[in-house]
Amino acid sequence: MLELKQVQKTFNPNTINERRALKGIDLTLQEGDFVTVIGGNGAGKSTMLNAIAGVWPIDQGQILVDGIDITKLAQHKRAQYLGRVFQDPMMGTAADMELEENLALAKRRGQFRGLKWGITAKEREEYRELLKILDLGLENRLKAKVGLLSGGQRQALTLLMATLQKPKVLLLDEHTAALDPKTASKVLEISDRIIAENRLTALMVTHNMRDAIHYGNRLIMMNEGRIILDISGEEKKKLTVEHLLEQFTKASGSEFATDRALLS
Amino acid sequence: MDILAFARALPGSVAQGLIWGIVAIGVYITYKLLDYADLSVDGSICTGGAVTVMMMLAGYPAPLALFCATIAGMAAGFVTGIFHTAMGIPAILSGILTQLGLYSVNMRIMGKSNQAISVDKFDLTLSVRYIPQAILIGAIFCLVVIAVLYWFFGTEIGRAIRATGNNEQMAKAQGIDTNAKKVLGLMISNGLVGLAGGLLAQYQGNADVNMGRGAIVIGLAAVIIGGVLFGKIFRNFSLRLVGVVIGAILYFCVIALVLQLGMESTDMKLISALIVALFLAVPYIKETKGQKKVKPMVKGGEEHA
Ligand SMILES: Nc1ncnc2c1ncn2[C@@H]1O[C@H](COP(=O)(O)OP(=O)(O)OP(=O)(O)O)[C@@H](O)[C@H]1O
Ligand SMILES: [Mg+2]
Repeated sequence: MLELKQVQKTFNPNTINERRALKGIDLTLQEGDFVTVIGGNGAGKSTMLNAIAGVWPIDQGQILVDGIDITKLAQHKRAQYLGRVFQDPMMGTAADMELEENLALAKRRGQFRGLKWGITAKEREEYRELLKILDLGLENRLKAKVGLLSGGQRQALTLLMATLQKPKVLLLDEHTAALDPKTASKVLEISDRIIAENRLTALMVTHNMRDAIHYGNRLIMMNEGRIILDISGEEKKKLTVEHLLEQFTKASGSEFATDRALLS
Repeated sequence: MDILAFARALPGSVAQGLIWGIVAIGVYITYKLLDYADLSVDGSICTGGAVTVMMMLAGYPAPLALFCATIAGMAAGFVTGIFHTAMGIPAILSGILTQLGLYSVNMRIMGKSNQAISVDKFDLTLSVRYIPQAILIGAIFCLVVIAVLYWFFGTEIGRAIRATGNNEQMAKAQGIDTNAKKVLGLMISNGLVGLAGGLLAQYQGNADVNMGRGAIVIGLAAVIIGGVLFGKIFRNFSLRLVGVVIGAILYFCVIALVLQLGMESTDMKLISALIVALFLAVPYIKETKGQKKVKPMVKGGEEHA
């Protein structure tokens, strides 16, 4: 489904600020894989997701979706294969546009946009049904400007927008990190449900080790631009936070570099 | 002050305001919808005027001349868009480059710095000679432009342009070619400005190479006045555009008033610049002042919310 072959990325090459963010990433996701990604600050998690999304070109390697080489495709062209939710709730939606307009934009991801006017009653009904499932009361606010919604509501909406056209791969980058704990767990539940119901292939970055263990069927850990752990199946189900920290120390030769993970 | 003279000047201000209202709508599209301060406007308004006058002098009918003025304006917008998106030149500088280049283009079109067109010899769309009629024609043009734009920005492609200006990152993630949308937005904006230039040249009876100087500031002033006065009541997109046109009319009424108070017409640019600077500063000053007051209480909460 998704294949990364020897992907490398260096920021600001040949300057004092040179930073080798990805040092040869090999990763293959099977259809329906829900992979959680953990790693310390600056490990390269966001960089890996940005590489897949095509925010900038990579230096070396290949990225394939469903066997199609997307390595050189512009960001907006790859969007037809990818759904994305960002860490910042402001990033995924257009604040000055109505809720239904945002959904209508997402509905046409990967499709031709022409001169069809407005939103049909049928489309609106579809959106209403989908919003009802979120259980955030958004189904009655189709005409509201998205800027009026709370962070949690916006993240849930972004999630819906990312999956309205079924993506080949769903990319979630700490998409609950900016929310309060209660909202965060609700959005996480919704994510899990959407992924399960649509049998999506997903990559989810999180700083919370418990969430990383609880959700998904596979877990990878990154450190200094490399994948240093890859656990799936039965082995993943038996994981504990302590075990994970131990593994990290063993694989990287250093302490886990974030205290956020320990606190949660 | 001569109240009567001011009252006599008002209809002319309204007519002028309606024509400049179309320029202001163009500025609204780039400045508000695309979040792009486009300075090509100063040049493309004259391009529109030059094309219109030269075509009519060559015997073409006014509607065709205005159509070509619109196309010429769109071409100018296209160039600015390419400077910015394909060549990576910052937005403001792209507009300045186009504006500068257009000076030469406009001189080439006209052959000299000013070309007159007489209302006695040509069938003009509107003229300062017949102000009531000019007001009517100006109003019709504004209404048609607003109706078409209301329709267009509600279509799939129009919504994609709005999304690009509102949140480019999101637009890209939703598969929108944001560069193409910016170019398209600039073309629509400058096309309208070219059309307005064609109307303005007919109205004043000549196209002048300096007729666009400061157009962006007048357009901005109209957008700002419209926003300040009607922002709270006009929420619908088409009404907002109506607000912008009223803003342009009020701008020219204020100008007429100031002239009656004894200012020189050459002082107007300074006054316009100061007014726009003042209005642009208001949101900023409000924000920084508000922050100082609220900061101690909310700061922590804001960061983690
Ligand atoms: N656009 C960029 N320009 C320069 N350096 C960058 C850029 N993006 C990331 N980096 C650097 O690349 C490294 C990896 O960053 P990345 O954001 O992928 O880390 P991360 O694993 O997502 O960390 P975090 O948990 O803090 O989000 C860091 O050293 C970062 O400073
Ligand atoms: Mg990150």
